[in-house]
This record gives sequence, C-alpha cells and structure tokens, in this order.
Amino acid sequence: MRYLLIVAAVLFAAGARAEVPRDFLSRFEKEAGVAASAERGARFFSTRQGGEWSCASCHTEKPTQAGRHAKTEKAITPLAPAANAERFTDAAKVDKWFRRNCNDTLNRLCSAQEKADVMAWLLSLK
Amino acid sequence: MTIRIILPLLLTALALPARADSYALPKNPAFEEECASCHIAYPPQMLHADSWREMMGGLSRHFGSDASLDEKRRSAITDFLVAHSGGRKTGDTRDARGKPLLRITETARFNRKHVEIDAATWKRASIKSPANCTACHAQAAAGDYNERSIRIPK
Repeated sequence: MRYLLIVAAVLFAAGARAEVPRDFLSRFEKEAGVAASAERGARFFSTRQGGEWSCASCHTEKPTQAGRHAKTEKAITPLAPAANAERFTDAAKVDKWFRRNCNDTLNRLCSAQEKADVMAWLLSLK
Repeated sequence: MTIRIILPLLLTALALPARADSYALPKNPAFEEECASCHIAYPPQMLHADSWREMMGGLSRHFGSDASLDEKRRSAITDFLVAHSGGRKTGDTRDARGKPLLRITETARFNRKHVEIDAATWKRASIKSPANCTACHAQAAAGDYNERSIRIPK
C-alpha cells in the first residue's frame, strides 16, 4: 500500500512537471501580448530571415516528416507534435533549441511573437 | 604445448589492425543528448584534451552554429571528453604553431588514414564532407571505423 502511494505520488509529480505543446503556445502568446497567427508562423518557418538557413532548411517545409541537418546530414525526427509526441514536452529543451536555432537562422533570438506564431502553425499540422 | 601459446598470440596479432580502428564509446547521456543530436558522437579519443577544452569553450560559435549549453552541462561534458580524450593512439592534435586543432579531419592521424581518398571523392553528393563519417563508415556512430566496415558510396 505504501509502495503504491509512493508510485502514485511520483507519477503525479512527473505529470505535473511535464509540459504539453499547447503550454508553449499559451506561454509565448502571453509573453508577446498578441494572439498568434499560424499563417504568419508558416511564412516565418519557410523563409530565410537573414541567415543562411530557414527553419525549413533542416526541418523541411512539412515538419510532420523527418528532416535532415543542412550541414551534417544527420536525420532529425519530425518537429510537429502531431507526428512526434516527444516534441515540446520539456521547457528546458524548447528554450535551448529556440535559442540555438534562432541564432543560426536569424543571427538573433526570436521574439515571443515569432515563437508563438511558429507554435500555432506547428500545432495546426495534422 | 607451444602451439597453445603461439596460436592465441598469432590470432591476437592478426586482429590488431582491425581493432585499432574501433573506439569504445563510453556511455554518457549528456554527451549523447547534446553532442549527438546534430552530428554523430565523434569518439572523444579522436582529439587531445586541449582540443576538447578549446572546443567546449566556444560552443556558441561551433563551426558556424550555436551549440551553446548551460554551464553545468558544459563543464560536465568537458570533463567527460577530457577524461576520455586521445592518448598514445591518437597522438598530439595541435597545429604547427602548437594551437589545439578543433577539427578531427585536420589531425595527422585522420589524414594518414585517408591518404588514398582524393579531393573529388570527398565532394561527392553522397559524402559531402570529410566530417560525414557515416557516409563511408556505416557503423561510425557505434565507434566502428574498421577497414572491413567501409563502403565508399558512388
């Protein structure tokens, strides 16, 4: 019984900590102070923003499918949550990859609105 | 009696050249997650400790990409790489002026091992770059760079 309680408590704690993809849309929308636009996100994702690459250079224009690193050729699992349940479930990872990849594609960090737009678009993909 | 001693020795000697190009990849979840998400896990043994220290000190501009990490992970992975860095086998990995080399492909060992590969081969669409180990060494991600595992694509 005590063992079961511990297991239940651990599961509850783990469940409470993990994020779901929609949490990031709400978080970025709140930070931006404006509603996200999936359409704007789609455009942002597939257009170069000052750097040599766009998001789509590695994640493809249809991120429900697997991508490939533009330089190293290493396979990248699908980015869209509909195709990959592991995506956008860990805030530390999400922040780390937005930081790195925005620097690589925009030569700066992304704004909250840009991130919200991309999230809205990724969540709209089936 | 002698054959029982000599035979195993002989077999070991025969196996040596093949084994020389195998790298035991020590398990390290942080290294795998952070270093092997964009490229294969290059064996820590392929570079000198100084090269790893230098590389891990410049992750925000890692061969043109931002590979920055939080400080805790950065120093943990640096320690891991230094602990398993190349020793006698890999040799020194510095340039002529004593600066640590950051590219495995610029090390003396790499160039000695690839002396028969011409420039045109490296540029093939199926290979793209000397850093793309897996193009020819199918088992590179597992640390296997043995001669018999090589298949150079057209």
